[in-house]
Amino acid sequence: MSRTVWILLQLRDGKLHRMAREAITAGQALATAVGGRASAVIVGHETDAASQEAAAFDLDAVWVADDAKLAAYTPGAFVGTLVQAVRGAEVAPDYLVAPHTYQSVDFVPRLGQQLDAAVVPEAVSFEAADDGMVFRRPIMGGKLQARVRTRGEGLAVVTVQSGAFSASDATAGSADVRALSIDFSTVAADREILGVEQVGGDQVDLSKADIVVAVGRGVGGEDKMQPIHDLAEALGADIGASRPVIDNGWLPRDRQIGSSGQTVAPKLYVAAGISGAIQHLVGMKSASCVVAINKDASAPIFSVAQYGLVGDLHEILPVLTEAVKAAKAS
Amino acid sequence: MKIAVCIKQVPDTEARLRVRKDGRWVEEEDLPFVINESDNYALEEALAIAEQRGGEVVVISLGPARVKDALRKALALGAKRAIHLADAAFDGGDAAATARALAAVIEREGCDLVLTGSQSDDAGWGSTGSIVAGHLDWPHAWLVMGLEVEDGGSAKVTREMESGMNEVFRLQLPAVIEVQAGINHPRYASLKGIMQAKRKPIDTPTPAEIGLSADGVGAAGSKIEVLDVAFPSSGEGAEMIEGDAAAMVATLVEKLQREARVL
Ligand SMILES: Cc1cc2nc3c(=O)[nH]c(=O)nc-3n(C[C@H](O)[C@H](O)[C@H](O)COP(=O)(O)OP(=O)(O)OC[C@H]3O[C@@H](n4cnc5c(N)ncnc54)[C@H](O)[C@@H]3O)c2cc1C
Repeated sequence: MSRTVWILLQLRDGKLHRMAREAITAGQALATAVGGRASAVIVGHETDAASQEAAAFDLDAVWVADDAKLAAYTPGAFVGTLVQAVRGAEVAPDYLVAPHTYQSVDFVPRLGQQLDAAVVPEAVSFEAADDGMVFRRPIMGGKLQARVRTRGEGLAVVTVQSGAFSASDATAGSADVRALSIDFSTVAADREILGVEQVGGDQVDLSKADIVVAVGRGVGGEDKMQPIHDLAEALGADIGASRPVIDNGWLPRDRQIGSSGQTVAPKLYVAAGISGAIQHLVGMKSASCVVAINKDASAPIFSVAQYGLVGDLHEILPVLTEAVKAAKAS
Repeated sequence: MKIAVCIKQVPDTEARLRVRKDGRWVEEEDLPFVINESDNYALEEALAIAEQRGGEVVVISLGPARVKDALRKALALGAKRAIHLADAAFDGGDAAATARALAAVIEREGCDLVLTGSQSDDAGWGSTGSIVAGHLDWPHAWLVMGLEVEDGGSAKVTREMESGMNEVFRLQLPAVIEVQAGINHPRYASLKGIMQAKRKPIDTPTPAEIGLSADGVGAAGSKIEVLDVAFPSSGEGAEMIEGDAAAMVATLVEKLQREARVL
């Protein structure tokens, strides 16, 4: 039996979101793996530009739900629309694939619940098994990966992690743009949108920093930050941090690096006491040279580092600071 | 106002993990457990709202006997009662099965607001609260960095977006609010609180007592099955520099100068 994959495409400013393109790659690959075809689904308002972009990929169709009620994202309106779309489909989908964005995570689990589907968040890869698909996803903050299987024949909803599939691997083609038939009179927002704000007002801009010394929870406390400042000064670096450092109030919010914070691409990134969760890695993976200092040799940060030092940062950093000073003086 | 907080007990993020013999999860023997990080923030948010507006906080957790420690801690921090879904039938569920059980308890309790963390630090489904809301047919919001309960039954919510932006909106209560770490500054338990917690009740209903059949919860009620867990292959990971601090640093500085040319 041929399988149908629907790829839920997220828009940003009327265009396809960067991660929507990654989802196309993932959805096409999943369709191939299950022996079926993929279509795209766009939910929004004034979607012409985005649907034209999507139509340039090898897809069965680009299904569009376009209504003023969908101009601003709310889970109520998006879930309401997509439940109708799935239930009313000529060919019901077997898989829904969405990018693992903060918007998807907000509504996709609820969509899955409404459709009585299996929900697989944050898939990084999949493989066909005898009785269905097996998905790989990170657990324990990325320290481990789990292989999970969906039970039964029903619908599975999968979100794919940022960077797991490459946008440039999507197969080009040409697809028809078609309107989904949705009764929008029953679709309702469940939020009254009041606005968007920048976190913490004036931002320190780390995006152009040449060298970043980044500190994680492993530093052990606000009163133990001096070695970080000393190394940053010796290197002429900006200071960045992982989320717990900010949440604990050891540094201001505008120093946070990662999916909720800033994205940096320095030539040198020193990560001290940072485990390397994906939400941190997405903010620094473009650094040219990463040095990781961590007392746990199995910390995931070492998988993106060029040089790894296993040990106590409080022993290593003061020595490193002196060595950097000496190197610069000579 | 009656506020339910759903918390999960998870391995301490500092703990050294080992894969269990059957390969399907981590070995829990000798593993230190704590309240999931974002759940701590959810609990603080609930306690603060109950203090400001009057009301009580009921804390709910699903998991084996060890979870009592997490519930006692929440009681010490100021929750009034606890509900522990400890029956073995609840074990091993995916987010959907866990959420089904939590929603049934919340329905039985009759709550005005439910708070949870956004994501657990172990399984990391990031879905449980949203699915609870789906069962209750309440609005929900995931990744909440600001919550203001308003007169007239609404709440103003600040939700984190990517790249340092927040979205602000209003929704109607009752609702499920999935709190992100960093929304507030969680309190510490006082000695008095710890003493009082010993006398606070912990209710342990069975599936039948919350109106569910045993095969609708736990592993039996799940659509997702974990086949195995493993440390990811390190691939072309870092070049590990060995030695004592002085030796490592000397090698590193040399490599940063000569190889990477960034110094
Ligand atoms: C939706 C969402 C968004 C998020 N956004 C972000 C984000 O933007 N940025 C971000 O960083 N995180 C973010 N997170 C959190 C992320 O998942 C991790 O929890 C976080 O990055 C962990 O920070 P950490 O590595 O400092 O702490 P931990 O994971 O606790 O790691 C501490 C590390 O320090 C090491 N260590 C301890 N002591 C020492 C010592 N003395 N010397 C050397 N090493 C030591 C330990 O071995 C450990 O590896 C987000 C999470 C969610 C759910």
